[in-house]
Amino acid sequence: MRSGLSTPELTLGRKLISINWLLILLISTVAAVGFAMLYSAAEGSLNPWAERQMLRFAFAVGVMIVVATVNIRIWLRYAYVLYFMALGLLVAVEVAGYVGMGAQRWLSLGFVNIQPSELMKIFLVLALARYYNASAIEDIGSITRLIVPIALIIAPTILILRQPDLGTAIMVAMTGGAVLFLAGVRLWKFALVGVGALAAAPIAWQFLHGYQKKRVLTFLNPENDPLGAGYHIIQSKIALGSGGLMGKGFMQGPQSHLHFLPEMQTDFIFTMLAEEFGLVGGLALIVLYALIVTYGIIIAIKSRNQFGRLVAGGVTTTFFLYVFINIAMVTGLIPVVGVPLPLVSYGGTVMLTLMIGFGLVIGVGVHRDVPVGRRGEAEGL
Amino acid sequence: MNRDPDRHKIFTRRAAMLAGGKAVLLTALCGRLYYLQVVEADRYATLADENRINLRLLAPPRGRIIDRFGRPLAENQQNYRLQLVPEDVKGSEIEEVLAHVQKIVTLTESDRRRIVREVRRNRAFVPVTLKENLSWSEVARIEINAPDLPGLMIDVGRSRRYPYGPEAAHVLGYVAAVSEKDLDEDPLLKLPGFRVGRAGIEKVHDLDLRGTGGSSEVEVNAFGRMIRELSRREGQPGAEVMLTLDMGLQEYIAKRLGQESASVVVMDVRNGDVLAMVSNPSYDSNDFNRGLSSGEWQQLVNNERSPLINKSIAGVYSPGSTFKMMVLLAALEKGVISPDQKIHCSGEYELGDAKFHCWKRHGHGFVDAMEAITESCDVYFYEIAKRTGIDRIAATARKFGLDAPTGIDLPGEQGGLIPTRDWKRATRDEPWHQGETVIAGIGQGFVLLTPLQMALMTARLANGGRAITPHLTRAIGGNAGGPRQPSDVPSMNIPPGHLGIVTEAMDRVVNHPTGTARRSETGIEGFPMAGKTGTVQVRRISKLEREQGVRKNEDLPWKYRDHALFVGFAPVENPRYAISVVVEHGGGGSSTAAPIARDVLIEAYNRRSAGPGLPIAYDDRPRNGKSETADASSDGQAPTEVADRGEGGG
Repeated sequence: MRSGLSTPELTLGRKLISINWLLILLISTVAAVGFAMLYSAAEGSLNPWAERQMLRFAFAVGVMIVVATVNIRIWLRYAYVLYFMALGLLVAVEVAGYVGMGAQRWLSLGFVNIQPSELMKIFLVLALARYYNASAIEDIGSITRLIVPIALIIAPTILILRQPDLGTAIMVAMTGGAVLFLAGVRLWKFALVGVGALAAAPIAWQFLHGYQKKRVLTFLNPENDPLGAGYHIIQSKIALGSGGLMGKGFMQGPQSHLHFLPEMQTDFIFTMLAEEFGLVGGLALIVLYALIVTYGIIIAIKSRNQFGRLVAGGVTTTFFLYVFINIAMVTGLIPVVGVPLPLVSYGGTVMLTLMIGFGLVIGVGVHRDVPVGRRGEAEGL
Repeated sequence: MNRDPDRHKIFTRRAAMLAGGKAVLLTALCGRLYYLQVVEADRYATLADENRINLRLLAPPRGRIIDRFGRPLAENQQNYRLQLVPEDVKGSEIEEVLAHVQKIVTLTESDRRRIVREVRRNRAFVPVTLKENLSWSEVARIEINAPDLPGLMIDVGRSRRYPYGPEAAHVLGYVAAVSEKDLDEDPLLKLPGFRVGRAGIEKVHDLDLRGTGGSSEVEVNAFGRMIRELSRREGQPGAEVMLTLDMGLQEYIAKRLGQESASVVVMDVRNGDVLAMVSNPSYDSNDFNRGLSSGEWQQLVNNERSPLINKSIAGVYSPGSTFKMMVLLAALEKGVISPDQKIHCSGEYELGDAKFHCWKRHGHGFVDAMEAITESCDVYFYEIAKRTGIDRIAATARKFGLDAPTGIDLPGEQGGLIPTRDWKRATRDEPWHQGETVIAGIGQGFVLLTPLQMALMTARLANGGRAITPHLTRAIGGNAGGPRQPSDVPSMNIPPGHLGIVTEAMDRVVNHPTGTARRSETGIEGFPMAGKTGTVQVRRISKLEREQGVRKNEDLPWKYRDHALFVGFAPVENPRYAISVVVEHGGGGSSTAAPIARDVLIEAYNRRSAGPGLPIAYDDRPRNGKSETADASSDGQAPTEVADRGEGGG
């Protein structure tokens, strides 16, 4: 059924040519900023972070390109499989995961520890995109048609909440919501969910863990407990503020290098960057992120199939949420929820997840003219 | 080629909305960054500096105390202490390390408990002191074993050292740890291990000796570990305090006194410089700095010879016969007696029903003023005291500064007591009795003086009636204070003729065959001594004992023996030195106190060129009329039965 004229056969060479290399350059630039910050965090040493991060990135770039060249229909075909595999891993974490940093997040596969909640962010997007790819415009408005997608969102969210990992749970839920929004679910339904969530907040409060409650309370008034839970955010703001317009210079941030700033190589790396490079450096990084997000949105809009549009839009939103939640958290706009800065923070699973995500986005761009039918067949309708 | 234009249109619209939302949120982040990094930048910059910059005080070295010739009396010595940095002890428990250390230096059980506690409490890089004041051999043994003792280091601190130990302890005082009530705005006081002067010169000149603290700004990390020094402001070291003391003389006196419980004060009559002030027995100031055990402390407190009290300024004694010069001057001034007028001494003096005895049982016969002083006739002074009245005697004593503390630059000075009618009415609500005047005439009864006051009185007699004041401080940080020449000192307006009689009589006490201290002349050409003996009983002699024969001092327990006193000056012409000697329960003034005074003044004479002291012009004219007689008749003042008070001890 393939039409050689309308959809020219995409050879590997053609695919590689049509890859959005500019986006990869942007991603690599941000990652390089990360390497520099990890080098600084280690007092001018490639160890223990920068070198490993570089190797991971190199590997992840490879994975990204492979993902990008895989035919988008294959992703559609395996969307549910991947989703349920990730869901199964989340259950496995619940049963057999080991506890790190006070939460059960990791699953040891012997040679590598993986964080199923990270994979879920991508695979949920795939599953929802597949679901809505199959839905006709008229079906989207139907209430019953909302049951499956909401179940797809709720199941992993609850499992992740139980780990407990509030930040990731919120991100998973919001990513899912974003896909539903892009698919065209009515706005008033979102408003309803929002109102419902507000109403349920006092009840949810009861289910929060002590440390989660403490983080929220600390956010509301960090000076309450300056040496305890409020310490992170106070020190982070001091570091940011003292960085000023131009910053203290590379490897010169006293707050970071004198260890006043906690976890500077992971969640608080943006603070360190803004201390050393000032407002100028912070804004520059935000601009880079904004460019990546913009590319993602453009790729999504340009795609000619709904699956590709939703995948690119959803993954881009996930990426954006990482950026926003992390920076808002270290600048004291929202509570500390433990979300890393994408591509910059030290960490293997997040890096891999993000690069798979970007692979999908680029893949959507590469395969933007590939026709995807309601059931994933080559020719739609 | 869009196969589902509706879905695409919806998606595009929604994607644009989402992108708009994202743009708003990213703009909010940029605004937040602008707020933190530009608007609030100064506030956070200050906070960041407060975070990382620690101001550390640097203790200034305490000023030295030196004697008049520059010999150090209090200095700072290196104090080696053994410290342990817990984080450098890798892979072994603290108890293991201590067991190892135990083989080299001894640690008590309480030391070990303290060390373990401090190691647990502090961060691992904070050194914990294992032992202070290491001896040289301990330092050497630790250094030799250093490779086997990781984490151990020897730290050099400063501690106060008093090279002369007990010999000048009462003058110098000591330093001790800061107590709660010492704390004021000086931040130095809060430094751990800081010492403040607790007694003596160390206390009086504490602020000068202390200096001002420097500071060092250091950058610290979040755990308080020092990273580097940012800036340093040196403090002002404590000023050096030069005393008027001649430590050589002081040492000699301490040695000369031996085991006696006694005080000796030597003063320069021209300017009030205190050349020596010895209170015996003493304590070692170094022990206080080191810290006394409760046993050692109890021993000091319970010692009946009161080593902790500076007897020279805080011991009050009946001056006994040494007070007779005051009585004579008062009587001459009032005109109740002329120098040549004789009074008969039968050995007894009756006033109403009371009977007062002269120390010479059968009396001196007719004596004039000169003879009365020379032979220390009591009856003569009973009579002239009665004629003069207590208030006139007190007025003269007041001129000599005996009614109040002399104001010497030492803490804890007592003032003694010069009684008056008003005083008795005010404090006891009783009228004055004439018998009390009579007994005051021989320096007993209510009259009390400190040895320093006795020396001051003598100095003011010897320098022609100039109101010098005693002091120990010669210079602080090189700035000399106080009058240096007698002409700077106001006169007390005592008629020179009266003073001449008194000083000539004092000359005869030592240098005339009838004098009570005739065996104590110096024997040095041009450096004769003048003086006055005193013997003060400290027990009541009953009538029965007096009839059966008064027991000799040697037969009595130590604390019932008489106090031996002597005041004197030398040389007789152009005097320079005044001295007071008080030997508690020492027996007789002439047998015990006068020889000490003689030996001390000879030593002072021999030391006159010991250093860059004040030039002195001695009268080298040979003196005549010096007696070589060794007549061993009883001298000094024997016990007298007194109407109301026989105790003379401080």
